[in-house]
Amino acid sequence: MKRIATTLVVLGLTAGAALAEVAPNDVAFEDGAIEQSLSGTAGNAENGRKIATTKSLGNCVSCHAAEAYADVPFHGEIGPMLDGAGSRWEEAQLRGIVANAKMIFEGTMMPAFYKTNGYIRPGNAYTGKAAEGDLPPLLSAQQVEDVVAYLMTLKDE
Amino acid sequence: MKTKMHRTVLGAAALSAFAFAAPVLADEDAELIVNGDLSIVTKTAAPAHLSDSLDEILSGWRFRNDDTQVMQMDDFDNPGMLGADVGLDQFAAVMGSEGKSCADCHDGPESLSTVRATYPKWNEAAGEVRTMQMQINDCLTNQMGAEAEKYDSAKMLNFEAMLAVAARGTPVNVAIDGPAQSVWETGKELYYTRFGQLELSCANCHEDNYGNMIRADHLSQGQVNGFPTYRLKNAKLNGIQSRFKGCVRDTRAETFNPGSPEFIALELYVASRGNGLSVEGPSVRN
Ligand code: HEC
Ligand code: HEC
Repeated sequence: MKRIATTLVVLGLTAGAALAEVAPNDVAFEDGAIEQSLSGTAGNAENGRKIATTKSLGNCVSCHAAEAYADVPFHGEIGPMLDGAGSRWEEAQLRGIVANAKMIFEGTMMPAFYKTNGYIRPGNAYTGKAAEGDLPPLLSAQQVEDVVAYLMTLKDE
Repeated sequence: MKTKMHRTVLGAAALSAFAFAAPVLADEDAELIVNGDLSIVTKTAAPAHLSDSLDEILSGWRFRNDDTQVMQMDDFDNPGMLGADVGLDQFAAVMGSEGKSCADCHDGPESLSTVRATYPKWNEAAGEVRTMQMQINDCLTNQMGAEAEKYDSAKMLNFEAMLAVAARGTPVNVAIDGPAQSVWETGKELYYTRFGQLELSCANCHEDNYGNMIRADHLSQGQVNGFPTYRLKNAKLNGIQSRFKGCVRDTRAETFNPGSPEFIALELYVASRGNGLSVEGPSVRN
């Protein structure tokens, strides 16, 4: 029953978007927000939680604490707590924050997760060596959508 | 002292409202006294050139947990002292084609007790800013006819540890004016440059967020007064510029190498941010 409902929502959202992925350079920001889904496929909140709390993926936990993922050890305290983010922000704003937080918070320390160029001495991941060619974004279009879907579940009680 | 620290830690844990595991926090108010009699300044007013950004400067010692702090309070417990001892042997050993040791030209490490506190420093004859390691290499090659040591080699860090002990407790006092100034400006620019795919500068972590956790790491001000540092993580002495290299790499950047002009400039700049703290090396860090 629950499954069917989710599928219907997915179909509803993607109708017309034709599953087109928006490339990092083509993202349209409006006041720091991104209206259009980056992947054309609805995000998976459960997967988003994993991305946010896994070091090799989004690693949001290294800077943000949240009671919502209290089971994960060692929360950073660089950025605000993420509990309630889904009440404070619209989905389009959260998409913008994750894709490139600098578009909303000028000069913020938060890295841009959906961007491929404009870096100073970009490296090949954590090797310390120069990057060869264009870097892939830190998160894929679908991973951004998944993280946004997860953030939308973090509502104020 | 010990009991007081423990109470502070328990207090902090009780205050924390969250269920997630938090690492044992440092006692940022503890004072460092080595061997019961040598007082080390680990917190003081920021030097004038930092007045726009910091009020006070803090040694990395303040941010380490109780056990690590305590290891540095007694030379018998401080594993870095072994390197300083080897450094003393190296000081007396004949090296190179001239048949000389350091001790032939220098009256014991005591005669070099101002070195650690004042380097990197402008060398007029050479027309360059020199780190301690550059100066030691100059002695090795030009005075002694020995091979140059690689940057941050074990032997170099033993020399540095020995000279740090000779200067321990004296205030860092690196000159930033005169001919060194342009190099210092270059270092400053590097300090505030947001490198790599994560677009992070030294200042993002060590000026704007010291005292905060970044995952399981308690961020310090990234001061270099404690170098060389014995790190429990790799169980050896570590050099300043190797630490820089690791920090730049962690921004997903193409890093610089120890001994590069960029890191020499950055070392001068970062060292000057610690003007007023005591020389503390060899320190213990995690
Ligand atoms: C290196 C640190 C860092 C990382 C990594 C990081 N953030 Fe942030 N984030 C910040 C900071 C700092 C802010 C506050 C914005 C500012 O600068 O004013 C912020 C703000 C936010 C906000 C708005 C907070 C609110 O509710 O007001 C959200 C949502 C957010 N981040 C989500 C994420 C997610 C999701 C990830 C991982 C995909 C992530 N962040 C990774 C540092 C970080
Ligand atoms: C993403 C965060 C981050 C950035 C950016 C960063 N560092 Fe660090 N740095 C750390 C962490 C974590 C440690 C270990 C804990 C501590 O001492 O702060 C550390 C440690 C240090 C230390 C050792 C301090 C001590 O007392 O032993 C120095 C020195 C240092 N950093 C300098 C720098 C410099 C210079 C830069 C810029 C080139 C830089 N760092 C950039 C995270 C960072």
